[in-house]
Amino acid sequence: MQMKRVVIAGVVVLAASALAVANPNPAGGTISGKVTYEGTPKKMKPIDMSKEPSCAKMYATPPTGESVVTGPGNVLQDVVVYISAGAPDDAAPSSAAVFTQKGCRYIPHVLAFQVNQELKIVNEDQTSHNIHPMPKLNREWNKSQPPGTPPISEKYDKAEFIPVKCNVHPWMHGNFAVLKNSHYAVTGESGSFTLPNLPPGKYTVTAWQEEYGDQSQEVTISGGETKTVTFVFKAKPY
Amino acid sequence: MGKFFAVVLVIIAVASAYPIVMHQFPLPQDISTHGHLIDDQLNETMVEAGISFVGAQLVLAFFLWSFTGRKPGSALKNFPGGARVLVIFAFVIVGLEVLALGVMGQKAWANVYFSAPSADALQVQVQAEQFAFYFRYPGPDGKFGQIHPEKIDEGSQNYFGLDPENDVPARDDIVSGELVVPVNREVHLMMHGKDVGHSFYVRELRLQQDFVPGLDLSLHFTATKIGKYEIVCTQLCGLGHYNMKAYLNVMSQGDYDNWLKQQSQ
Repeated sequence: MQMKRVVIAGVVVLAASALAVANPNPAGGTISGKVTYEGTPKKMKPIDMSKEPSCAKMYATPPTGESVVTGPGNVLQDVVVYISAGAPDDAAPSSAAVFTQKGCRYIPHVLAFQVNQELKIVNEDQTSHNIHPMPKLNREWNKSQPPGTPPISEKYDKAEFIPVKCNVHPWMHGNFAVLKNSHYAVTGESGSFTLPNLPPGKYTVTAWQEEYGDQSQEVTISGGETKTVTFVFKAKPY
Repeated sequence: MGKFFAVVLVIIAVASAYPIVMHQFPLPQDISTHGHLIDDQLNETMVEAGISFVGAQLVLAFFLWSFTGRKPGSALKNFPGGARVLVIFAFVIVGLEVLALGVMGQKAWANVYFSAPSADALQVQVQAEQFAFYFRYPGPDGKFGQIHPEKIDEGSQNYFGLDPENDVPARDDIVSGELVVPVNREVHLMMHGKDVGHSFYVRELRLQQDFVPGLDLSLHFTATKIGKYEIVCTQLCGLGHYNMKAYLNVMSQGDYDNWLKQQSQ
């Protein structure tokens, strides 16, 4: 009889400690990882900004195109990694997503933000820009922004990946990633991403790169663990 | 009053002709082999128009001076032969003048447009779009790749719509925002517009050609002086037209070869 109690107590202690170990973060699980490429990506060509001297003089050597940006260790930068299925839609945060025109380039090259979140477009150059996002689902518009004018405020009500160009400077190119929930990240120089605060469930993680398209993987989160996911894109030499 | 006006008229006519006659208007430097023909035509037009202008003003001043102050009702002389002869006379005089300018100037036009480029001219393709000019060189293989308009992607700098993955001659094509040419070498420009109407104008080359959407146009020139010259768009093409320009960079043959090699890397 006493043996049975000891055994039950032991099992309870074990179970409790197991649960405690498995759930160190009661806020949720995390999906993290890296985006890499295999093969040889095409070489980015330098941009000729001579027709806009106020921008050209900001660079010691001409900047290169940004449609494929790599990092040390064969990683890809500017890849949007997000939860495309399994998470409910989130309300837009009150802070604005800022897209800056500086040195006749868009900073950041890829801006990820949510549906109905405020998008703020700033012109820090001494020249006029005419920002022209080219959506297929959302409403298309383009707006002129002379130097010294206040930021443009806009928002999108449908999730979409939108290429952005400048009507005045043909080399300027960027992307908006308008997403439905708050679980997203854009890879930086390390090529890595982290999607924290995920409640238990089955998720589809998608990585999107503007030239290589997108890839998806299914990940199941059961508690507070961190699951690692790696995306490998096939680079094209041309 | 009329006599005073006549005197003022003569002063204005002579004063405005003076700077033209004394060549006080500066023309941009001429760096083209056919440039002198255009400049000669300009001068001839000035001379013809100038003589007609000053002559007409002097005749007007003479009639003002002679006939002003006459008592009202005194006879005015008619042009001998009447209105019909006057019109025919004006028609013939002006017509001959314009015809003369055309005949004298046809050489300048024919030299640019009716002569074919030589077979060993340097071939460069020019594409005008909102709001930039882009230039394509065939690269080391000497062949231009095929243009696929559906593959045009400004964001990845594929302005011409090349398909290097599947089209081998396109792989080494050099696309540049600057028109770089060697000095004293004939250049054959093959021009097309990507979207709306534009125009290619280099004043030092005395060359101007509209891009008409849908047309492939041919132009040839030889630049005779090393330097950097502006190519401006001279056909209103949209809100970026004010800013649409590129540069013609005329280099020595050695510098040009180096530039080509650098671009191919």
